[in-house]
Order: sequence, then C-alpha cells, then structure tokens
Amino acid sequence: MTDGPTGEERSPGQALSRIVAERSIIVCCGSGGVGKTTAAAVLAAEAAEQGRRAVVVTIDPARRLADALGLGAAGGLTNEPALVPRADTSGAGELWAAMLDTKVTFDRLVELYSPDPAQAERIKGNTFYRNISGALSGTQEYMAAEKLYELHADERFELVVVDTPPTRNALNFLEAPARLTRFLDHRLYRALTAPTRVGLRAVNVAAQALLRTLSRVVGSDAITDAVAFFQAFEGMEDGFRQRADDVDRLLRSPETAYVLVTAPRQDTVEEARYFARRLMDSGTPPAAVIANRVHPPFQPAPSASRRRRSAEARAALTELEANWAELQAVADGEAAVLAPLTDRLADVPVATVPLLATDVHDLAGLAEVADHLFDRA
Amino acid sequence: MDPLQFFASSRLVIVAGKGGVGKTTVTATMAIAAARLGRRVLVVEMEGAGSLGPLLGSDRALGPQDAVLRSATDDHSGMVLGRVVSPGEALTDYLNDHGLRRLSGRLVKSGIVDVVATAAPGLDDILVLGKLKQLERAGEYDLIVLDAPAAGHAVTFLRSAKGLADSVTVGPIATQARDVLELLRDPTRCQVVLVTLPEETPVNEVVETAFALEEDVGVQLAPVVVNGLYPDRPDLGSALDAVPRRGIDDALIRAAQFRLARQEQQDEQVDRLLALLPLPQLHLPFRFTAGLTMSDVEALADRLLDQVSALAA
Repeated sequence: MTDGPTGEERSPGQALSRIVAERSIIVCCGSGGVGKTTAAAVLAAEAAEQGRRAVVVTIDPARRLADALGLGAAGGLTNEPALVPRADTSGAGELWAAMLDTKVTFDRLVELYSPDPAQAERIKGNTFYRNISGALSGTQEYMAAEKLYELHADERFELVVVDTPPTRNALNFLEAPARLTRFLDHRLYRALTAPTRVGLRAVNVAAQALLRTLSRVVGSDAITDAVAFFQAFEGMEDGFRQRADDVDRLLRSPETAYVLVTAPRQDTVEEARYFARRLMDSGTPPAAVIANRVHPPFQPAPSASRRRRSAEARAALTELEANWAELQAVADGEAAVLAPLTDRLADVPVATVPLLATDVHDLAGLAEVADHLFDRA
Repeated sequence: MDPLQFFASSRLVIVAGKGGVGKTTVTATMAIAAARLGRRVLVVEMEGAGSLGPLLGSDRALGPQDAVLRSATDDHSGMVLGRVVSPGEALTDYLNDHGLRRLSGRLVKSGIVDVVATAAPGLDDILVLGKLKQLERAGEYDLIVLDAPAAGHAVTFLRSAKGLADSVTVGPIATQARDVLELLRDPTRCQVVLVTLPEETPVNEVVETAFALEEDVGVQLAPVVVNGLYPDRPDLGSALDAVPRRGIDDALIRAAQFRLARQEQQDEQVDRLLALLPLPQLHLPFRFTAGLTMSDVEALADRLLDQVSALAA
C-alpha cells in the first residue's frame, strides 16, 4: 500500500478524510459492539459531503441505521441500494445505503453461472444449498465480499464502504473467497459428483462407504440433499472459482483501505491488535484506526483552590472534583489500554470519537460523530 | 431472595447478550459469587477471545481440560474451575464415539466436516450443548456457567436443538437434540441470564433476544443483568447548581454535565427495559477502569450478591 509517509504533519482526521476522498473501497473491521456500522455510515456520508457518490453496505440488520439515515419509513435497508435523502443537495455527492442479503446475493451468483435457468432453479430449491447460503460458516463473509465486488463494478458508485460481519475472526472476510474455492475443490465433493462421471468406479465405491457411515451419524436425508446439490452444481465450479479470484484480487488491491474500529476496552483492543497483525500478514495493513466511544478527558485539570468560598460552595466543589477524578481515571485507563495498539501501528493515523453524552441514533448523531472524526469539533 | 437459593435454582446457567455488553465479566462475576457461597462452579468458554481465564486470575487462556481458577479455602469449600468446549472438538469427539475414530482427524482437516455440518446445520451447536448436558448430568459441579456466543448467534445456538429435533427424527443426533431440548426447557436444570447495557441499541436487542428465546426455545429466563451503570452520584446535580460559576474550572462543569446527561439517559433506558421486558433486573456498576482485573470481579460479585438478596423471593 503506497500511502506515503502517513505520519507527516497531518492530523488523524485529515488522514481519514483523504482516505475517504481517494480510495474506492473501505472495509471497516473490528470485533462486535465497537460501532463498525456507525463508523461505516459516517465515512460514506463524509464522501458524499466531499462530492463523491458513495454507498454504505451494512451486514448488521440494524434498523436504527435505516432510521438514522431516514430510510426507516421506506421499509428499511434492502439488498438493493437506496438513495439517502440529504439536506445539502447542492454538490455532486450522493449517499446510498444497502443491507447485505446473503441469500439473495448467493442466488444471483448461482443464476449468473448456471448454464440454464432450470439448473439454477434445481440448485436454489435444494435443501443443502439453502443451508449453505444461510449457515455455512464464512458464507456471509464471502457474500459480503461478493456484494462489494458487485457494487464496485457498478458505475453509480465511486466509493463502497462496508462493515464486516461481527465475527471473532473478522478477517474471514479476506479469506472467504479462497474458502469457498477450497470447499468446491475438496475430495468429498469430487467423490460425490463422481457417479455422474465415467471411469471413477473405485472412488465411487469408497465414497459410497463413507456416505453410508456419515448417513448413520447425521441422518440420511441430509446426505441425500448434499449429493443432489453437488450433482446439480457440476460444471459451475470454474465460474465460481474465477469470480472468487477476482474478488480476492480486489480486496488486496491498493484501491481498498482497511479501517480498524475499536473501543478502549482491554479485550477489544487485544482483538484489534490481532486484526492489525493479520492485516499486515495479508499485505493489507490498516490505513487508519478509529477508537470509538473513548471517555473524553475534561481538561485542563482543575486547580483545587478553595479560598474565599462558603462552606456550601466548598462541599459542592468537592463533589464536582470527585466526579471529575472518576471520569479522569477512566480516561487515563483507556489511554493506557489503547497505547499498545497505537504504539504498534506507529505510522497509522488513529482518529478518536469520544463517548458522547447521548447515543447515536439519528442524522444529527452521525454528524456529531463526523465532526469528531474529521477534527471539526 | 436468598443468594444460595438463587444459585441453586438450576445447575446450568447460560449467559448471553450482544457483543461488548460484558457477558464474560458477568460469567466470571456469577462464578465468584457462587463460589463464595460454597458452590463448586465450572465456567465454560466457547471459541471465545480467551479472556475468561485471565479475568478469573489465571495467567493463560482456558483449555479443553478443567483448570482450577480458585481453590477451596479453609473458610468454605467453594471453588471455580474453567474449561473450553469448542464446536470443532465436540464434533470430533462425537465422530470418534460413532465409529469414525480412524477418519475423524482427516475429516476435519480435509473440510469434510464442514460439508457434514452444512448438511445438518446446528449440528456443531447441538454437540456443544450435548457436551454441557453431559457435564450437567455428571453431577461433579454445583453450577455450570456458560459464556454463550453473541446475541444473534445465541438465539441460533439455542434454537438448534429444536430445529434438529424437528427435522431429524431418528438416529443418535435426534436423541441428542431431544435430550438437549429437554434440558433447555427444564427450569430446574437450566436458565438463561441475558446481559445488556443501559443504552438504546443494546436494550432493543436484549428485548428481541428474550422474546425469541422464550417463544422459540421455551427456555427459562433468569433476571436480566444491566451492566455498566454509572454509580449514582445523587448530590452531583445539586452541587452543579450550588457552585458559583465564576472562578470555577470549566473542566469540572463539563465533567459534571457529561455525567448527568449519561446518568439521565441510563435511567431512561433502565425504565424502558422494565416496561418492555417484564423480568427482574440485576444492576452491575460501571468500573472506572478500562481493563477489568480479578479485584474488579470481586467487587462486582459483592454487588451481585447484594442485588440478588434484594430480589423478591
């Protein structure tokens, strides 16, 4: 990633603003409950402010985001991007929002690579396929990547921002395309499809034995469905594999920026450090870090002068000081917790969003977060 | 309510909630509180972040074997043990027990297990729950506290038993699913503790989860834990009014205003939760630190026991 010497004179907010202005894909990653969805919405909205056509894709079925974006009444977010009504329509910028529907996205891929509609229908009606498209671990990540690829290719959008699924291992996202390829490649799959091929009787017999044993354990219906699925899927692997490779290349290209979102808690920061390491190992180091919901330090530290005060005022002052000290202790503690992450990522800008006095659940809240994130507060 | 009775009301307690609300902290706190009452407690972590062990004073993450986290003392026989029950291992164990011993390693490595798990979704969840049922039945522990997966997944996780019991009617998996469902639905054996924060989104989510669990699974819900409440400073508001504005550091004023605004919002959310979800609440305070340690857990256990005592019997 050639981002130049990122540390130079620029504030974290300015660095983040440049990412929003220049990249064509932003992936927000981090563990659950740190505010990835809000961060993704704020980044996309900022791009629109700058005059770009941006789309935010959320994976979290967060109805509040739909409400906050003014799309609640229109039935919330769907797989199809919807234009978000904005107050300022003078510029060229546009903000769109969509919610990933794993199944619909997968269905579309199946349709794309089926040689004929009948085969697509056969696959979509199969129980095993329905399980895969809903439950195979990694499918959601894979479809998020697929959706991202689809929107990136869509000329309506210059920037796609996505919040990755809140998995323990958020980087499954990067590995998801390869994972599906492996799934299609592996031996059971080939053994199962063998009955329709010629000259593989030996494999077939071994596969039948394995299938009998597995059927005994997990029930025969499940296995019958799986076999039917694999047979219906035959001939489509190459198309899927090619697509998975293309998606993978896009995720690793310099057009894509990874923004690590974290909260100032010990366990969360430890996970963020792990994500950061994994991103670096994948050759895609984080472009920025957003530390969310950080207790604001109330500075400068108060001086303790009590001269010429009434007893009542002194008591009140003591109470205010006790409150200040408690909040300051958390702020100090949080700074200490964040330090190992920011030290490790010395060249990466760290933008901080303070814990706000109220929760973010409307456009005004998103704007307030943006002001902090981009140093306008 | 007598705390001893509270912790004896079911042997298995499943702690569930949205990511970041403090499920792991509550799991540890319940374990310490019960151990103080002389109970022999097992805490179970699924494929989590591995933070439960360190939070209970261990220098490493939990493993697949019981580790003693707190031993019995002269004062009482209570102790805390901990282990990991992971879906992958539960599945391998299961395959081993069902005539696939020679193959199980290869099945896992080659990804065939993924195919099997996909063919029968919920299989790995049911195997984890099956393992817990086995631990519950063994009678070795007075209390087992499971740090469950995050909210959305917790519903899927607990629903798996019903899903499989409905779709697979014969064979070992069907038996397993029925046994697990029986466990989940028996309030004398199993209860779910939901954890939330006094904030808009977590409150909405916990209400949704509560109804889904009750209706779809038929599980007994224990009192809901509201975590991370700023301890009340009842005098702060009047102090802010009483203090003369001139010559007072601005930081003090802003800190007080911030605290009061957050506190007001918390109170609103606690009331809203009470209105939406007719369950008793246990309130745990925000700890003024970013990294909880064993001493925080001890302090939270004090508070939990107070809160339980205050519940109606």
